[in-house]
Amino acid sequence: MMQKVQNNKAWFLVLPVLLLVAFSAVIPLMTVVNYAFNDTFGNNQFFWAGLEWFDEMIHSERLHGALGRQVLFSAIVLAIEVPLGIFVALNMPKKGFWASLVLVVMALPLLIPFNVVGTIWQIFGRQDIGLLGHTLASLGIDYNYTNDPIDAWITVVAMDVWHWTSLVALLCYAGLQSIPQAYYQAAKIDQASRWAVFRYIELPKMKGVLLIAVLLRFMDSFMIYTEPFVVTGGGPGNSTTFLSIDLVKMAVGQFDLGPAAAFSLMYFLVILLVSWVFYTVMTNFDKTEAGQ
Amino acid sequence: MARITLQDLAHSYSPHPRSEEDYALKKLDLVWQDGGAYALLGASGCGKTTLLNIISGLVRPSQGRILFGDRDVTDAPTAERNIAQVFQFPVVYDTMTVRENLAFPLRNRGRDAAYIAERVARIARMIGMEEMLSRKAQGLTADAKQKISLGRGMVREDVNAILFDEPLTVIDPHMKWELRSQLKQLHRQFSHTMIYVTHDQTEALTFADKVVVMHDGRVVQIGTPEELFERPAHSFVGYFIGSPGMNFLDAKIIGQRALLPGGEVVELGADYGVLAGGSRIGIRPEHVHLAAEGGLPIAIRRVEDVGRHRILRSELAGRDFNIVLPEGVPLPAAAPRVAFVPGKISVYVDDWRIAPPLSERAA
Repeated sequence: MMQKVQNNKAWFLVLPVLLLVAFSAVIPLMTVVNYAFNDTFGNNQFFWAGLEWFDEMIHSERLHGALGRQVLFSAIVLAIEVPLGIFVALNMPKKGFWASLVLVVMALPLLIPFNVVGTIWQIFGRQDIGLLGHTLASLGIDYNYTNDPIDAWITVVAMDVWHWTSLVALLCYAGLQSIPQAYYQAAKIDQASRWAVFRYIELPKMKGVLLIAVLLRFMDSFMIYTEPFVVTGGGPGNSTTFLSIDLVKMAVGQFDLGPAAAFSLMYFLVILLVSWVFYTVMTNFDKTEAGQ
Repeated sequence: MARITLQDLAHSYSPHPRSEEDYALKKLDLVWQDGGAYALLGASGCGKTTLLNIISGLVRPSQGRILFGDRDVTDAPTAERNIAQVFQFPVVYDTMTVRENLAFPLRNRGRDAAYIAERVARIARMIGMEEMLSRKAQGLTADAKQKISLGRGMVREDVNAILFDEPLTVIDPHMKWELRSQLKQLHRQFSHTMIYVTHDQTEALTFADKVVVMHDGRVVQIGTPEELFERPAHSFVGYFIGSPGMNFLDAKIIGQRALLPGGEVVELGADYGVLAGGSRIGIRPEHVHLAAEGGLPIAIRRVEDVGRHRILRSELAGRDFNIVLPEGVPLPAAAPRVAFVPGKISVYVDDWRIAPPLSERAA
């Protein structure tokens, strides 16, 4: 074995990155931690509160409601966007002019700023001037997202599906494009059905990108703020108040910095935990499959 | 099983082919006898794979017909033709076990479980993968995967033909020999029609009873390995078969003699009359020997020792000229000369071989 050379000066090379991370992540996070464990009445005066805020938040009915709505929202959105994205990807043209055109059109929703997406749907759904709202009203369907919680949910979910299905579809499309033609030819020779081709060729080859797609969509939908805030403002009542919306109300609206900070930390940890569990399970699944 | 007939077949990938250049496969008529072991040999891009895909039904020919036995299958889909095909890169269904992989074609055809189990066991024994049946196909070596591909093809009893599209490309050299001899053995045992596409002449010549040589979208010769070696019908066959390939010299053919550009004369041993067009003579490096006197002068540039013989790289009448020197024959000293084995010279006009007149070939 070669003698390893120790050069402690090399640590200085890491310094710029450390500084950057400190200012961009660690210090802001620590400020939040500071607020979470203290009570403050302004004037930069802090009083130690211990786990009081955490205790309050864990037992808060309001937070439970927001968390429930958040989980439901993420579940619905994933349940629609992932199968729909796969379906779209399977039906996209594989090459030629149409393939390029479809790719560009599909990418468009991803390029629109979040609050613009919200505004588009806010107007789109209005009964007086919105294309969707007005059309539904003239068909005699009672649709009003500002009054009816169900309508509000439908609008918010439809908006998210419109905004993000492209991402799933584009990722799956990339996965599909990497499958060599010989697989499809072999399947033809083996007389495989369309379903068998999907189940045994396309799905296994898409697994990697699907994992990324599901992870991204979970994290994003779990943190969603801007679009529903612009469309419904969390209403009617609290029916579309998701975790982020509730958090902002608490922190900026009511200026309850302590509880909001505790809330933030738990929120952050939940996302981290779920993503980690999800990722580990999926990669382990992959490994055992390869190993056996 | 059936005889496979290709009638007036041609294929172009462009929808409106204008000239012959647009055809990936130029017009051909070909019959593959039932139970034959064929090799389809040619350089990359000469149309071999196109021809194979036409037989298996993955590509529909732009013109002509394909018959299996007496049945026209030109428009029949792949599944109906009962063809097995093994591709260049192994295709296995990763998420299935080896057993499921082998059973897949039968299951898709709705056969009952007992029959499937019996066939899979038999095929697994044949390809030597009995111990691996319960393993996932993912993570197996390339040659194991290629064996599975082959097994999937053979699991059906009624396959009309098994097509191989350069199946050993990704296999380690030492495994190549083993797999090839296994294939050969399977052929003897089950006498399926086998068509083996390759650009490797050793592979083609060792595997096949009959070799079909393709060049530039055209079938230039069909013959036994011996015929290809002794009487290449086209200059491409001369180049392509043999290592090194055939030597070609520009020559004017007058009766029994070939006149080289430098004025040297080569006796042909047969009367060809007077030939028009760009005529050349071809001689295998194995059919040239050094001559003490007479013969033609050569300039030796390089000697390559390849073990069981040496190859003399030299120049004759301004052309590259290779000679195979058997072991034990000393290298020539100054001013080397060569002579050709009589009767082994082929005459070509515009790349096609002119058969010597029959009466004199016996002489």
